[in-house]
Amino acid sequence: MAWIDKQRNVIDFTLSSLLRRKGKNAALIIVYTAVVFVLASVMLFTHALKREADIILREAPEIVLQRMVAGRHDLMPVSYATVVSHITGVGEVRPRLWGYYYDPLFRANYTLLVPDDFRYGEGDIAIGEGVARAGVTSEGNIMPFFGSDGKLVSYRVKEILPSESELISSDLIMMGEADFRTLFSIPQDRVTDLAVTVANPQEVLTVAAKIRKELPDTRPIVREEIVRTYDAIFDWRSGIMLVIFSGALLAFVIFAWDKASGLSAEEKREIGILKATGWETSDVILMKFWEGMAISFTSFTSGLILAYIHVFVSSAPLFEPVMKGWAVLYPEFRVVPFINFYQIATLLFLTVVPYTTATVIPSWRAATVDPDAVMRT
Amino acid sequence: MITLENIRKVFYQGRPNEQVAVLDASLTIEDGKVTVLKGPSGSGKTTLLSIIGCMARPTSGRIRLGEREITSLPERFLTEIRRQTFGFIFQQFNLIRGITAIENVMLPAYPNGEKYGLLKQRAKGLLDLFNISAKTNERVQFLSGGEAQRVAIARALINDPSVIIADEPTAHLDTKLSQEFMEIMDRLHREGRTIIIASHDPIVYASALVDRTVEMRDGKIVS
Repeated sequence: MAWIDKQRNVIDFTLSSLLRRKGKNAALIIVYTAVVFVLASVMLFTHALKREADIILREAPEIVLQRMVAGRHDLMPVSYATVVSHITGVGEVRPRLWGYYYDPLFRANYTLLVPDDFRYGEGDIAIGEGVARAGVTSEGNIMPFFGSDGKLVSYRVKEILPSESELISSDLIMMGEADFRTLFSIPQDRVTDLAVTVANPQEVLTVAAKIRKELPDTRPIVREEIVRTYDAIFDWRSGIMLVIFSGALLAFVIFAWDKASGLSAEEKREIGILKATGWETSDVILMKFWEGMAISFTSFTSGLILAYIHVFVSSAPLFEPVMKGWAVLYPEFRVVPFINFYQIATLLFLTVVPYTTATVIPSWRAATVDPDAVMRT
Repeated sequence: MITLENIRKVFYQGRPNEQVAVLDASLTIEDGKVTVLKGPSGSGKTTLLSIIGCMARPTSGRIRLGEREITSLPERFLTEIRRQTFGFIFQQFNLIRGITAIENVMLPAYPNGEKYGLLKQRAKGLLDLFNISAKTNERVQFLSGGEAQRVAIARALINDPSVIIADEPTAHLDTKLSQEFMEIMDRLHREGRTIIIASHDPIVYASALVDRTVEMRDGKIVS
């Protein structure tokens, strides 16, 4: 109990000590919080996006098969579906029709897709919220497209896809097969690619190898590879963010190091008084430890909470252009709150520990002086 | 009883600026008495005082506190003795600026691990005793010289020490405040505390309160 009371008393003194230099410590906490905020935002956002991508891809087929012509992705003959379906281990083979469309009117890229169960009729489309925003349209309106023959074709918007339907639905337009083929002049015997499901996950690579053997002009893309690519992209993007902020980080490190490691004459005198009145060296270090903890922990917690609000409540407006989406349309969506405690611990270790150490070491040097120094000055 | 045997204190030993501050000082300070170390500046009073108060170790010689030999004790134990046995009043008061009078008074007791409420109560009692309870929550830099001194005395008493050590306590006080200080010392003396003061102020060493005057010159006890 005495130990707890001692900690409480020392913390009490530490806090009133900190309040004496309100301006200086407040400035330090603000800068420190800002640094933790940036680091934590990048970290939380990257992880949340990776997880989002992971959830989306969990529903994806094990293999996507593309046809390659001269090293480029080309339309695939529907007959290939029959060849693939006869390969041992293959579950279902689903021909898919999808593509991109650049809207010169609104200078936006859309992703066009023919779903298996498109519930509307010919001339109808369902669009993502991003498309609705970019094209300033809503349900029941007409949306014009230029076909591959240059002629203008109009579709009626039957539905705005809900924004919770993932990151990818923002720039999405869904339409019937006949409309899609007409718009892009795709022959009846051709599709964009094949979605291949494999029942046994252990056999995915074997099945992919068999497909390559049977159909040498195709490229099987295994889902795990896509997951890895997504991870790499998000890591790379978060790396860019960190590089952008590294200057600010470095400035903070110099500032914090200077503040924490240099003891002013006044602080040295105070340590002398404490020692002379009966504080041990370890008590002085304890006080400095709590001082470092109070500043770094306050900043860490505030930075983390602000980052959480920034990423999960306000959809990371600061990082959006770098972190999300490929196209001109930035999806307006909220990532599902997800916190990786290992990463939080790493961030805590990289911010709180160095600062607290930088606070304690110089005071340890000052606290080892003889207490009579204060009598001699 | 505090016994000093052949105390010698050398600063910067072995260096060109070596300085002998105290030379072969032997002294017995009896419990409950008022002892004044008298002498000009540089005579070694403050150094001897800090050795008596376990703030510094002698270069050679022995110190006994009662029957206990404390010269060779590790720092931790010396600090504990310093905190429990001695209360210090410094020449410049050495209060910590920016915090309140009561916080300054409580400071030496923080490492004891006492309940905060009880400690605060005790500190308030001391401020009351010295008629400065109105300044309890005043920051010390706004106190007058006399008030600051009384806060410093209250701080010296917070751990209820049996020995009060004061180094040139009246150096920065006018005559009235110096006399007031001696009145407080008288009160503490009557409570049975041992008082050791280093001073070359006649108000202190010529006071009727003083039981013994030890005169120092050039680091030596001359009488």
